[in-house]
Formats: sequence, structure tokens, C-alpha cells
Amino acid sequence: MSPGHPTDSSVSAAAPRETFVLNVGPQHPATHGVLRLKLTMDGEYVLHAEPVIGYAHRMHEKMGENRTYVQFLPNPSRIDYLSAMHYMHAYVCVVERALGIEVPPRAEYIRVITSELNRIASHLVWFGAFLLDLGAFTPLLYAFDDREKILDLLEAVTGSRLTYCYYRFGGLCNDVDEQFIEGTRAFVKHMRGRLGMYHKLVTENLILRKRLEGIGVISAELCRKYGATGPVLRGSGVPCDVRKLEPYSVYPEFEFDVPHFAEGDCMARYKVRMEEIAQSLRIIEQAIAKLPPGPVMAEKVPRVIKPPPGDYYFAVEAARGRFAIRLVSDGTEVPYRLKLRTPSFSNLALFGEAARGLLMQDALALLGSLDLVIPDVDR
Amino acid sequence: MILPEPYRLIAYLVGALAFVGLNAAYLVWLERKVAARFQRRPGPTEVGPAGLLQPIADGLKLLGKQFVVWPHADRVLFRLAPAFVLAPALMCLAVIPFGHALCARDFNLGLLLVFAFGSVNVLAILLGGWASRNKYSVIAAARVVSQNVAYEIPMLLVVTTLLLTAGTMNLRELVQQQAGGVWNWNLVKVWVNPLMPVLFLIFYVCMLAETNRAPFDMAEAESELVAGAFTEYAGMGFGLFFMAEYANIVVGASVATVLFLGGWHSPVGVMPGTFWFLVKLYALVFSVMWVRWTFPRTQFYRLLNLSWKLLIPAGLGALLFTALILKLR
Amino acid sequence: MVAAIKEFCLGLHSLATGLAVTLEQFFRRPVTVHYPWEVLELPARYRGHIVLVRDEQTGRLRCIACKMCERICPSDCIVVEGAKLPGESRKSVTEFKLDFTKCSLCGLCVEVCPVDALAFSKRYNLASTRKADYESMDLCELAKAGDAK
Repeated sequence: MSPGHPTDSSVSAAAPRETFVLNVGPQHPATHGVLRLKLTMDGEYVLHAEPVIGYAHRMHEKMGENRTYVQFLPNPSRIDYLSAMHYMHAYVCVVERALGIEVPPRAEYIRVITSELNRIASHLVWFGAFLLDLGAFTPLLYAFDDREKILDLLEAVTGSRLTYCYYRFGGLCNDVDEQFIEGTRAFVKHMRGRLGMYHKLVTENLILRKRLEGIGVISAELCRKYGATGPVLRGSGVPCDVRKLEPYSVYPEFEFDVPHFAEGDCMARYKVRMEEIAQSLRIIEQAIAKLPPGPVMAEKVPRVIKPPPGDYYFAVEAARGRFAIRLVSDGTEVPYRLKLRTPSFSNLALFGEAARGLLMQDALALLGSLDLVIPDVDR
Repeated sequence: MILPEPYRLIAYLVGALAFVGLNAAYLVWLERKVAARFQRRPGPTEVGPAGLLQPIADGLKLLGKQFVVWPHADRVLFRLAPAFVLAPALMCLAVIPFGHALCARDFNLGLLLVFAFGSVNVLAILLGGWASRNKYSVIAAARVVSQNVAYEIPMLLVVTTLLLTAGTMNLRELVQQQAGGVWNWNLVKVWVNPLMPVLFLIFYVCMLAETNRAPFDMAEAESELVAGAFTEYAGMGFGLFFMAEYANIVVGASVATVLFLGGWHSPVGVMPGTFWFLVKLYALVFSVMWVRWTFPRTQFYRLLNLSWKLLIPAGLGALLFTALILKLR
Repeated sequence: MVAAIKEFCLGLHSLATGLAVTLEQFFRRPVTVHYPWEVLELPARYRGHIVLVRDEQTGRLRCIACKMCERICPSDCIVVEGAKLPGESRKSVTEFKLDFTKCSLCGLCVEVCPVDALAFSKRYNLASTRKADYESMDLCELAKAGDAK
């Protein structure tokens, strides 16, 4: 059923065709933010796709070199605002590694719970936005209804709904209460039911399956070439998850699977994320059951953060893939270099090659399935 | 009561314009309310009780806006397209029998007229998209043409199949044939033609595609082509396209009601015929909205494949089968 | 052929299930809160803009103008001035200006304060036609206005 895609080689072999450049974005409903795509089109076929980025560049790396370690705390959650907890996790952990701080177990457990809640919230936003790209409006509202429940829980603990700024060097800024634990438990139960509904409404839907199956195939080789990680890589059949490969925090104590599908198409990436929501629920359930009592802040945190000179690195599994911070300290109060490795950037990089020869509709489905956060690309 | 000629024309013009205008306004309201209910929201509530005055406010806003014709557009065609899009829908309403005596023109070739004018709609969208000289609009216009051409064929095949058994193109007579209870409606007359429900399903799908409604809304395709053929239209130019979309849905649902659901015939025998006609009409319109707020959009080539590879062969098969039955009977 | 028919039927079934799901939601109550007619209660830890806290016993502002908050603020949006009142060993705050247009509500100032003189307010519907209203918010004045209420 798939139409004959004219690839670059077939174009150059044939007589010159009349092509045109379609400018998608930076203000376009499907680019979710300020991404601009220059599509060279032959009719509805994309011959060449060039993402133009940088509209939301805020110099987070440079800001890191110009302020103290504590002052950079609000920044990580603003790089990728949809997985703020994970980015914060990476940042506090890299500084903790530099300082050699031991984090109390209760704090680590709560970090895992909040991080996984954040992952679910992020995937729910993607779910809604992706289906909006595909022309289905209603699932967006259902997903946001569920996400709202997560945001309410996190807001009660952190005081903020999106840019949490909740983790500190050595622990957390405040403890969770019984209400949060109860609320999270109820949410896990509620979300399991909703997942069933999403599968009935969306996953099994004939139109959606036809729109995603076999569309926008990304091979594991292409992922390796561009350094794509996260659900994009797992959707290409590689069970690569930082939580399993380079375990951090208390993740080794939980049982969870790394969902991966070998097809490499949009449907595989869709299924990876939906399955990840279920796995996150599993982790949260275990973490709540095991949550130890105790302090949430390490005792020996220096008042002035001055890591010893050296090169430190820490990676976490954010909602969109591997987020890593490389910190170079020269022993002063201000980092010498703070390199951010953001997943959306690498995931977007392969779009140009993967979209070649697709129909415009399918290219936009592919773009949606990459789950990009543009400020994360630009940072 | 039969009105004499010039008055009848005036009554039709006033009635049809009012009907189309009110329908467009309040179907938008209904669509927003229905969408809201599907999505667990209240919908418009602020302007008037239950947001009932919202369409009026929206209409006034659209009227108050400038009709921008950007310098590169084809000025004449760009202005002509909105007028072109609404007129055929108005014409179609002339032959639709809303009640036993409520029909502007009792016309022998009524059905033919509906389809003839129904096809003009696509030309208007093509004109609008072409005259806009916007790449998105041109893509959408090209899509709409091939989509409507593809879906006109199975629709006409279905109607022809129905006509084989009915033997008339007069919409009033078509309804009169379906008198005498629910089991006489064409939809359930399986002893006349066992394929009736299938025919209705094909007709319904074609109706969705012909009126450019989700999941076949290639003309607008909001998340891909911004607003498709209507991207460059502002103010009432866009408003007319919008009205035409709803007017076309009403026409499509009316034809479906006449052909398959027994027109003005009541299933229980109470209330006047026009009431029942409108109930059936709006039930169909509701189902159109229900489909829209449930499904994602299809791909363009699958949309065409559905027509050329499934609906047209199915329609042809049904036609042959029906002809065979009639011959053997 | 059999597979194609089976897939076709499954597809139709999936479409019907989808319609059933949305219809079920159709008859449920809306989940949205009808702002501004209904307002949700903010959680206790809600992080609004900062305000100065009074000492419960003396009724004076707790702030000792130590400038810790000024120094830690990542956006440089706090300006504190203080003076020693005659006959007192500690400083008192004379001026506390917050540039709310720059503030990112991270809460580091509240955390660093040695005397717990700062707290988060619960004001969120802040809007003005003049930038100056939030460019330089006088928190001392705001504390007085709060007392008057």
C-alpha cells in the first residue's frame, strides 16, 4: 500500500523536477514551539528536510559559567520544562558526585517517585500533542486531565507546577507528606484504568494504526549515527536505558522492564512511550511501598559549594532520552564549564535524513513521534 | 397550502437563507458544546445563557474584521470563491422536502440537482486555494479536488443502486415510498435489497468525505496545512467558508434522511412530519460531530485508496447485485 | 483474502470501540473548574512572589537586612537596604525592592534567609498595564498594606 517514494537518487537520475520549498514554522501548529523546517517538496513528497533551530536559545551553558552552583538551580528545569525533575536530578547529582555527598535513602526514593511522576506527565503531554498532530483533538484533553492530577500532586509538594526546583545538593528542599503518598497511590490506580481507555480509544484504532505502522522508519544504525536516545532509540529495537545501563539513584532496587520494539516506525515509538507510562507506574508503586523513613537532606553539605578541581559527568534518563551534564570545576565557586547534552537535539538531528522521501503528512507524524521540546533543542 | 409562484420563490429565499444562517451559527455552537462534552468540558458558557449568544458574537466579530486580500492573490477569484461556496448549498435546499408540503420545488430530477450543485462546492474550495497563492492553500486545494472526485463516484453508485429499486428521482416521491412505519424505511428494507445497510454505510462515509469532515478533513487539515485552503481568508470570507461547511453537512444529512431514513415519516406517529425530519437530520449531524471528535485524520493516499480500492468496487458490486435481483424477481 | 477480511472487521470493531469510549465520556460530568467563577484552593507550599514576614511577638518585620537573599538571587532582582535603629544591636530593613519582572520564583531567597523573614505569597493573578508596578515592588509597603487589610 505504501506509495513509491522518490528518493534523492531517483530524483537526480530522472529529468529535473519542479520542486518548491515549503516553510513549516517557526509558527506552525505541528512544530510545537519555535522550530522551523525548510522542506523541499516535490508535490506532497519531502525531498529534503532541513530543521532550522535557535529561536529559543537562552545560553543555559554560558549562564552556568557565570553564576554559582546554587544560583544555577532554577535553570535545569527550564531547559526541558516537560521533564524538569530529570534535568534537576542530573544537575544535583553531578554536583553531589563532585563534592562526594552521600544522599539519604529517603531523599533518593522521593527523587525517584517524583521523577517517574514527571516522566508520566511528560509522556501524557506528548501523547496529547502527537494525536493533535494526527488530527485527533479529544485524547489531548483526556491526557491533560490525567496530567493535571500529577501536577496537583507535585504542586502540593514543591509549590510549583512546571519548573519544580525541588532537588537540592544532598537531598530535597522539603519532605513529602502522607497526603502526597496517598494521592500518588490513588493516581497509580486511576492511571492504570485510563491507560486501558487510551488503548481502546487510540492504540487499537484502525485509522491511527494505518497512520503510524510502517511510517517514518528509523533504523538503529541511523540512531547511532546521530546519537538519538530514549524512546526513539528504543523504538528502533535497542533496549538502551540509562536507568539500567548506568544505574543511578536507587533505580537498581526496582523491578522494571525497558520496553523496546524492533519495527522502528512511528507506531513502535508510540508503543514504547505508552509502555513506559505503565513501567513508571510500576516503579512508583514499588518506591512507595519501600519508602524508608529518615531525613531528606544530607548532613555534610558545605554552605559554599566549591567542588575540587576536576571533570565530572552524570547522565540520567529523561523523558526524551539521555540527558547528561559534564561539569568542569576549577575549584572556585563558579563552574568552569557546564556542558549540557540534551536528548531532543540529537533526536531532531536525524529528522532530515529520516523524513527524506516521505509524504508531508507522514513527515509531520514522524516529527511528532520524535517528541521534541524545542527549548531543549536550543537551550 | 400551496403558495402561488412569485411568493413561493420569496418564501424559499427567505426561508433557505434563514435556515442556512441559523444552522451555520447554531451548528457551530452545537459543535463546540458537543466537542466540549466529549472532552469533559462545559463549552461556551459566558455569552448568554449556556453560551447561546456566542455564535452571534462570533458573527459580529467576523463581520467587523477587514477582508484582507493580500497583494499576490488573484483579486477576482479570491473574492469570488466565498460566494461560490455558499450558493450551491442554498440551491440544494430548494428541492429537499422538509415535510409533506414543505418543499420549495417539487422537482422530478431533484436528486440529480442536489448532486449537480453539490459538486460545485469543490470548485469553490479549489478557487479559494488557488487564488490565495499560498503553498499550503494550493496543496489543500489539490487534495480536495482529488478527494471529492474520488468520493463522488461511490456516492453516485450507491444512489443509482437505490434508484434501481425506487424508480424515481423526485425526493418527495422517494419519501412517500417509505411511508408506513420504521420497517418501510429504505435503511431496513432488506427484503427489497439485502445490501441496504451497507449502502447506507458507504453513503455515510462518502458524505463525510464530500463535506470535508474529519477524519477526511483534507481541505483544512489544521495541524498540517495550517488552515488549508482557507489560510489566507480573514473576516467574513472565512466566515462564508465556515457557513458553507455546515450548510453542506445539513444538505448531506438531509439527503441521507430522505434516501434512507424515511424523510418526514414519524416512527411513532405523534408530532408533525417536519419535526421528525429535523430530528433525523440533527441526529445525523450529531453523529458526524461524534466521529470528528473521536478519530484522528487519515492519510491522504489512504483516503483515496479507500475510495478507489474499496468503496467503488463495493458500490459497483452492489449495483450489479441489485440489478440481478431485480431482473430475477 | 481471509486475513484481509479479518483485518477489515477488526478495524471496524476498533472504530466502534473508539466511538463507544467517547460516548461514555459524553455522559460524564465535566472535569474542568470554571475559572473565574470557581477558584481552586492553592496548596500550602505554593510559590508566589515573596513577601516580608512580621515577628508574631513584636509585630516588626523580621528582616535584618543581611543581604543574603540579594546575594543568592540568580536573577539579581532583590535590593535590600537596612539601618540600625538607635539603641538596637541588630539592623532593621528600611527598603526591600523586588523586581518581579525578572524573578523566576525559584525560592532560593526564602531558603537562604537566616531569620525566616521571607515567605511566599499566594497571589497569582497579577496583571497591570504599567511595567513599573512589578519592576520595583516595595515589599515593605506591601507588608504595611497587608496589615491594613
